Amino acid sequence: MDLKYQVPTVALHTQMFHRLTQSVARMNGAPRMRQVYLPHPVMGKTAAELRGYIDGNDPVTGRPVMQEVVEGLTRPLGEEDRSGVSFERSTPRLCEAATPDALQRLFLDNGWTDGLPIVLPTDERVAEMLRHTRRRPEEVVGHLAPTHFRESWEFTVEKVAVNAVMAGARPEYFPVILALASTGVSARGSSTSSMAAMAVVNGAIRHELGMNAGIGAMGPYNHANATIGRAFGLASQNLQGGSVPGDTYMGSMGNALAYASPTFAENEERSPWEPLHVQYGFRPDESVVSVFAGCRSGAFTLGLRHEHWREHVKNMLRGMDPNDSPTLLLDPIVARLFIDVAGLKTKQQLIDWVYENGRMPAGEYWDYQLVQNYKYPRATFGEEPYASRLRAAPQEPIQIWTRDEINVVVVGGETNGYWRIMGARRAGAASIDEWR
Amino acid sequence: MTQQLVVHNPVGYPPKVTGKPLAPRLDTLSGRTVYLVDCRFDDSDILLKQVQDWFAERMPAVKTVYKPISSVYTRDDPATWKEVQANGHAAIVGVGH
Repeated sequence: MDLKYQVPTVALHTQMFHRLTQSVARMNGAPRMRQVYLPHPVMGKTAAELRGYIDGNDPVTGRPVMQEVVEGLTRPLGEEDRSGVSFERSTPRLCEAATPDALQRLFLDNGWTDGLPIVLPTDERVAEMLRHTRRRPEEVVGHLAPTHFRESWEFTVEKVAVNAVMAGARPEYFPVILALASTGVSARGSSTSSMAAMAVVNGAIRHELGMNAGIGAMGPYNHANATIGRAFGLASQNLQGGSVPGDTYMGSMGNALAYASPTFAENEERSPWEPLHVQYGFRPDESVVSVFAGCRSGAFTLGLRHEHWREHVKNMLRGMDPNDSPTLLLDPIVARLFIDVAGLKTKQQLIDWVYENGRMPAGEYWDYQLVQNYKYPRATFGEEPYASRLRAAPQEPIQIWTRDEINVVVVGGETNGYWRIMGARRAGAASIDEWR
Repeated sequence: MTQQLVVHNPVGYPPKVTGKPLAPRLDTLSGRTVYLVDCRFDDSDILLKQVQDWFAERMPAVKTVYKPISSVYTRDDPATWKEVQANGHAAIVGVGH
């Protein structure tokens, strides 16, 4: 508002976000943007406690909060305030020559890895990776940012290849990794909620690359699954300009799934339903990768019982955070149980059942913190179906999700009928064939 | 002697940063309207109500308007920004967390 609409503005943040907000202001060309800090956290504090924040001192500067606010709106501008700060940064194509051990250390110290050893991206290895796409090395693939409010960084085919080498991917996997990067979805989102990404591969390329859709598909028993997922993570953090705790990464607890960005093939051959990519309009003969974001909440069980399957599945759904989208990961045995035991013959019928039966009392639903943050604002300004759900009486059971938030993927080797629900939103998809 | 290697840098290309001026500041807040813009995240509404109370008690000559953004903070909200620009003299944005 200050920069674009020229309204004098002060932003209130908590001190936990000091480094991040200063960095964002600088990257917006206004490092002296007026920002005042409060103790952390705000969430869960009473009005009296928050009044104490307002009456107290800025924990960063030690000065009274409201004095800083008033001064931030009234203190005359200095020269740098009136001009902002302009600068250009560059990324060199190559690193200075060094021994392999020194380079491993350099990459680790620069935050370019996931903390594990990487394959050094020599020119020969990168060139071999590049031979497996018809795209030119200098072609721009897309842009990535750790959050929507940070600046987007640009990246080329060659830069994706460098990260693919680092992850240990074989050159023939490269089109999948390029397709993943082209979705614009980061596997290193900065959210305080500690997100991870998940990728599902459909089509002929699953067999060409020897990807696993069967026993142990979700890890860690297949080279293609493992290294494509790792490449997605490394490429995300490096191509977006970093994933540094306290700066470009704010996940409070972190997420072990982010090491792998679970990547696997859908078991199309053993699934009773159409593959995921066909459901979303891709041709059956097309190879496609779909990206899911979140991977924080989950539920799990074995089988589908004749007497109480409805209650069991509802219990699983109630275990999810209602702001997370449910993605059902079904072993083929379970997919058939949904047909034989539950009578849900099609994938759409299963999605409809989850949509109709994923409910909770309105009062409980609207009181969830994440619902308050992300759904309540949409409801209060009339967006359906949230606006109608907001009118429900507190005890009235309301639907938790919309149909298009619910997904079903068939994966697993049929050693038993285990299944789980991953709280993960389908965030994008791309044709792999476009990147061959 | 251990072999020296030349390897590629894995980092993407940052955008050019162009300096932007801050809005001119006010000579005083007395008699002016300050919008308290609620980004609707993690109890930011409760926080901004405290700011509003503070102005009422300590600087009553300042008119405050509590204004929640139109949707979630991840979406741009030009209608709200234009309202603040048209009807307000300054803004305090509260982000919660």
